[in-house]
Amino acid sequence: MDFQHSEDRQMLADTLRRYLADAAPVDARNRVAYGETGYSPEVWAGLGELGIAGALFGEDVGGFGGSGFDIMVVFEELGRALAVEPFLGTLMVGRALAIADAVPEGIVAGTTIAAFAHAEPQDRAPGEALATRAVRDGDGWSLTGAKAVVAQAEAADVLLVSAQTDAGMALFLVSKGAEGLAIHGYNTVDGGRAGEVRLNGVRVAAPVGGDAEAAIAAAEAAGLLALSAEALGAMDVAKTATIEYLQTRKQFGVPIGKFQALQHRIATVLLEVEQARSAVINAADAFGKPGVERALAAAKYTVGATGQLVAEEAIQLHGGIGMTWELPLSHYAKRLTMIDHQLGDQDEHLQRYIALGRAA
Amino acid sequence: MDLSFTPEEEAFRDEVRSFLKEKLPARLSNKVAHGLSLTRDDMVEWHAILNARGWLASHWPEQYGGPGWTVVQRSIFEDEMARANAPRIVPFGLSMLAPVLIKYGSEEQKQHYLPRILDGTDWWCQGYSEPGAGSDLASLKTSAVRDGDHYVVNGQKTWTTLGQFADWIFCLVRTDPTAKAQEGISFLLIDMKSQGIEVRPIVLLDGDAEVNEVFFTDVRVPVENLVGQENKGWTYAKYLLTYERTNIAGVGSSAAAFDRLRSVAGKITRGGKPLTDDPLFAARMARIEIDLANMATTNMRVVAAAAGGGAPGAESSMLKIKGTEIRQAITALSRRAYGAYAIPFIPEALEDGYNGEPVGPEDAGAAAPTYFNMRKLSIFGGSNEVQKNIISKMIVGL
Repeated sequence: MDFQHSEDRQMLADTLRRYLADAAPVDARNRVAYGETGYSPEVWAGLGELGIAGALFGEDVGGFGGSGFDIMVVFEELGRALAVEPFLGTLMVGRALAIADAVPEGIVAGTTIAAFAHAEPQDRAPGEALATRAVRDGDGWSLTGAKAVVAQAEAADVLLVSAQTDAGMALFLVSKGAEGLAIHGYNTVDGGRAGEVRLNGVRVAAPVGGDAEAAIAAAEAAGLLALSAEALGAMDVAKTATIEYLQTRKQFGVPIGKFQALQHRIATVLLEVEQARSAVINAADAFGKPGVERALAAAKYTVGATGQLVAEEAIQLHGGIGMTWELPLSHYAKRLTMIDHQLGDQDEHLQRYIALGRAA
Repeated sequence: MDLSFTPEEEAFRDEVRSFLKEKLPARLSNKVAHGLSLTRDDMVEWHAILNARGWLASHWPEQYGGPGWTVVQRSIFEDEMARANAPRIVPFGLSMLAPVLIKYGSEEQKQHYLPRILDGTDWWCQGYSEPGAGSDLASLKTSAVRDGDHYVVNGQKTWTTLGQFADWIFCLVRTDPTAKAQEGISFLLIDMKSQGIEVRPIVLLDGDAEVNEVFFTDVRVPVENLVGQENKGWTYAKYLLTYERTNIAGVGSSAAAFDRLRSVAGKITRGGKPLTDDPLFAARMARIEIDLANMATTNMRVVAAAAGGGAPGAESSMLKIKGTEIRQAITALSRRAYGAYAIPFIPEALEDGYNGEPVGPEDAGAAAPTYFNMRKLSIFGGSNEVQKNIISKMIVGL
């Protein structure tokens, strides 16, 4: 048994950590995260040159990684730096396309920005059709509908859009600026940008090949692992910052870390973060194997619950200063909180975990 | 045991309700209900409406303009105000400074300042916390040195809520640097227009700037602005803090927030079912509802004890802890209810008169900012950890 990452992966993590610390420290990150683009084209380009996107894909589609642990190390580092560059879209769109088609070279190279546009404004009962429709239109297809809270929709060179056809669900690649494509963009609570995507008769030549449901499942599986690892990175930083604060902030003539009530709370934070690390390791290990769905549900449930604990305790143990924009910690707290709003929250994944257990 | 109100108290509740129905502007209750920001003018407007009815200073003695209510009536009034989504009364002048002036101020100070608090001439803010003096408030360093008939004040206050609107600040200052921490503190009233005062906003994590830092550089304050005796300020400060903690349970506002949550959860569906039918979501709601019902009775037990002349002890700390925990749990669940639509952040949409395209269900945009903003509840007014220290000191006594 060996719980060390391989030397290659450790090098990748170290490279990524050094680059982000240098190119995107939190104040620089905040300027772009809450600004007009929601990400830094320079940092995105720099990470492209480092080949970070390639680590998310297997050799079969032109990458050099693609395992669960590759995804884990990349997103843990992105989480540590609160990076807002659009790797989640890269990963989800790329993994969906890898099911059947070749993945566009630009996605694996980290030069093409891709957005995964599947969720819709309205709720859907299990088995219910998507509201977005794709109908035959001459020798091509026409897409009409809406997609909700699509990360980096405005910046995306391509959007992978799910739609209902008469023969079931299908996926379509829609290029930036396509006629009939309208995006209402906005910043997000935790930094970054997303948008409401509207498709008003957008013309597309053909759906991407392969089983669309399997492709969506592959995208979501990778996305869940990535978000779980990202949360782990963010909670580790929030935990460390809080420990340092307990060691240095003095009240009543002593560092506040001398108070046992606070010592026990930071101890709980530490053990829950280690539990979350184990959950992410379990999911990364199961990735690509049978039973992965349940490990992913367990991981996303765990980081959802632990992320809220860490965010709330980190703020509380810092006191008023923990609520200020100026302190990097508050942005970690926001990211940790909002990860529980992406691809299903802790309750949803707990119920998924129960259902998958019954099915097994 | 009898948990019911007297017929007189019920009649009073009806009177408060009909007043609110008639006089509370829908524009204001709408803002409160939807988590939109209130402007200075909104707060001033509501104060003026209450003052016209004689209900603004609900806990002041009648001779200074209070309505002469019992503890129970005050509790009913606060409860009904919150349930009607009335804006909260800005507490700094009315609930914090005024009780101190009434108990410890000079006759001139009472005659001068109290009417100006009532009619809105003076907006007050609180100068207590400092960067190095939070939970350990008595370690404050802002100094006031006597120079003829003035004090010269130097130092810094922080977390000054709504200080950007304030005409005056009441400050704890150190007048005897050689005495023990609690014994060298005085309570000083300072005109915010004085030379040498600078107010800098602190932006909070939700992007809001409701708190400030206030810097004092050689600010000259007339000695008649001292409240009570020099070096006795800590006694007045502690008295003020007991007032700060009245209605700390916030039963009414939590009940109103819970009703909104219940309504939202009935409308939003996930996987084809309303959230109220989702077993985990429903369980989270039920736990809060039970906790809130329990706290409402705990609160009334404290009110009844106070009506019988009992002095509040550990109870106000208990209510502060439980009340803030419940309110925070409601805001967390409200945020959770909106799923992905809690993610968009459109600050303009949280202002009055936003005409842009709405994103997501109604009120989704306020859910996450409100959740983050309400983290302050367990930190300010004596953090919940400090409250637990107070309780354990009283019960364990070691």
